[in-house]
Amino acid sequence: MIRFERVSKWYGSDPALVEIDETIAQGEVVVICGPSGSGKSTLLRTVNRLEPIQAGRIEIDGRDIHAPGTNVNELRSRIGFVFQQFNLFPHLTALQNCTLAPVQLGRLSRSQAIEQARALLERVGLAHKADAYPAELSGGQQQRVAIARALAQQPPLMLFDEPTSALDPEMVGEVLAVIRGLAKDGMTLICVTHEMGFAREVADRVLFMDAGRILERAPPAEFFQRPQHPRAQQFLVDIRLPLP
Amino acid sequence: MRDLIDTYWVYFLVGQYPKGPLGGLALTLLLSALALLLALPLGLALGLARLSPWRALRWPVSALVFTVRATPLLMVVFWAYFGLPALTGYKSSQFGTMLVALVVFDGAYLAEIVRAGVQGLGRGQMEAARALGLSHLQALRHVILPQALRHMLPSLVNQFVSTIKETSLGYIIGLSEVSFIATQINTQVFTKPAQVYLWLGVSYFLLCFGLSRLAYWMQGRGERRPATASPA
Amino acid sequence: MTTGRRIVFDPSLVLSGPYRDLLVAGLLLSLELAAITLVFALPLAIGVALLRVAPLRPLRWLGAAYVETIRNVPLLAHMLFWYFGAPELLPEPLKRRLYEGNIEAISAVIALTLYTAAYMAEDIRSGLRAIAPVQLEAGRSLGLGYLATVRLVLLPQALRITVPPLISQTLNLWKNTSIATVIGVGELMYQAAQVESASFRSFEPFAFATLSYLSVSLLITGLAAWYQQRYPVRQF
Repeated sequence: MIRFERVSKWYGSDPALVEIDETIAQGEVVVICGPSGSGKSTLLRTVNRLEPIQAGRIEIDGRDIHAPGTNVNELRSRIGFVFQQFNLFPHLTALQNCTLAPVQLGRLSRSQAIEQARALLERVGLAHKADAYPAELSGGQQQRVAIARALAQQPPLMLFDEPTSALDPEMVGEVLAVIRGLAKDGMTLICVTHEMGFAREVADRVLFMDAGRILERAPPAEFFQRPQHPRAQQFLVDIRLPLP
Repeated sequence: MRDLIDTYWVYFLVGQYPKGPLGGLALTLLLSALALLLALPLGLALGLARLSPWRALRWPVSALVFTVRATPLLMVVFWAYFGLPALTGYKSSQFGTMLVALVVFDGAYLAEIVRAGVQGLGRGQMEAARALGLSHLQALRHVILPQALRHMLPSLVNQFVSTIKETSLGYIIGLSEVSFIATQINTQVFTKPAQVYLWLGVSYFLLCFGLSRLAYWMQGRGERRPATASPA
Repeated sequence: MTTGRRIVFDPSLVLSGPYRDLLVAGLLLSLELAAITLVFALPLAIGVALLRVAPLRPLRWLGAAYVETIRNVPLLAHMLFWYFGAPELLPEPLKRRLYEGNIEAISAVIALTLYTAAYMAEDIRSGLRAIAPVQLEAGRSLGLGYLATVRLVLLPQALRITVPPLISQTLNLWKNTSIATVIGVGELMYQAAQVESASFRSFEPFAFATLSYLSVSLLITGLAAWYQQRYPVRQF
């Protein structure tokens, strides 16, 4: 469904992504992990063109997303993106956050959008908070609303940029549960995360990145048990919690 | 002082109205309000242009805003006074001249307020809106501006206070705003200039101080509202 | 006024001859006004700022009253007061001496000084408040009196933070010198208007004046940028 061909990006003279080649199939759940600065968020953001690339090609469903004449807004409306910092719209209620785009983009009528939004908020467990403003919600609740907001576009692909990194530990579980649910429903997901337990449980594949390159790609069982690349091995040692 | 005020307070307040054009404190207020009202859309347009991703728009507008802000208001008034008749072909009124000068001048200052207000929101809001597929303009209209304008309200009230003070320059082109009226009164009375100008100062003070207290109160209310969504 | 006449730009009008001399004299006087005001305003501003952060409430109130009273009245009204109003309050011999001398410039400088000092005082006050209160404690615990601590410990730190806003106020001061024209001071704006009425050309003298204001503004802004590069604020 998504294909990266020799994708490269640099900031001035600093390389951010180096010759990325990768294919992600429909329905796959892919977790990208790696040390900070490895380029994992950057790679994710190139998919919906939040980050431009300097070289290479990215194809979604066979179409080059950088082809001249591509409607960027149309592209983005078919990809759900969830931010680390949630980025909910503070002047709108949870319900309104979810209805804004479908209505403004002409996808749904207002009443249809409201109905769908309520269903989505129900799905993430926040139906009772539909009329609450983001300021009245906890971090975990805000992130779940953000997921509902992204789902309101009915995208075939969802991207998660460290969705739980900004949350207090006790709220991480509720958000991961929602993402797990999406994975079970067969949605194509790419998730950048540090939550290794989650990766082990839900991912079809793990991509390990460092210094702008994909250094290892393997199913989670293999990756966590028998990492091949020395840097991957080092990474797993570094993040492993000390044994009690 | 008391009899001074008793004799001239109507003149001070409304000029020669209704027997002549509006003047005095009423004119000062009217001019300020009108100027700010007209300067707002201009300031909004200029401020957004300064944030635009297209260099062809950003650079000329930034240069324009910088130039206006580096020039004394009096200079802008003179340009309007001498330039408008040359441009439009007929002599404009003092009110019209002053209005144009104030709108241009305040527009440039409002542009900066708008720019700061929008940039204060952080990149996350725009990114989230664009990630949903909203266009740049849709994002501005539904996400960025509703928030930015609300935050800008105290600054806007402060700008209104500045505009009231700026109207005093109408004196120089003979506009009957309150400073000009005070001087007329002084010419008539002749023997009490200190009192006349003290009265002028007090009037400005009450008006401007009152409004800036309002801005202060609005800012306090804005801060006491719960924090925004994104964590620090 | 040249209503309806075609505008033909003729820079030679102002680049030489008597008109140029008038304009240059005006420019120099504007610069002088700004410089003299700065010399008086800065110490006054520091004094008022210290009043506003003084430990005694009546002193704080005095400082606040000064700032609020001055800032809420336009500079033009200040100038009118000091030129038309204040001299009448003086005793006769002093008044006569003033009128024989350069009363216009003196009134202008007084008005500008009081006005600019009010704004600068607020910036300095912000600078003082940005210094952690522990600095005051540290100074006092060394045995320094309150004033000495302020002078030797707080002010030097506050002034470094305050320089960029103070430069910004200097920029405003530079622009504000133009208001002195209403009380007859022969600075740049006044001279430009004089040249206009003498030559019936408005564009050239005003272009000269505008460019002069812009150039000095650019210089001042450049100074601010240089300062911020050279002395960035060090946070702890």
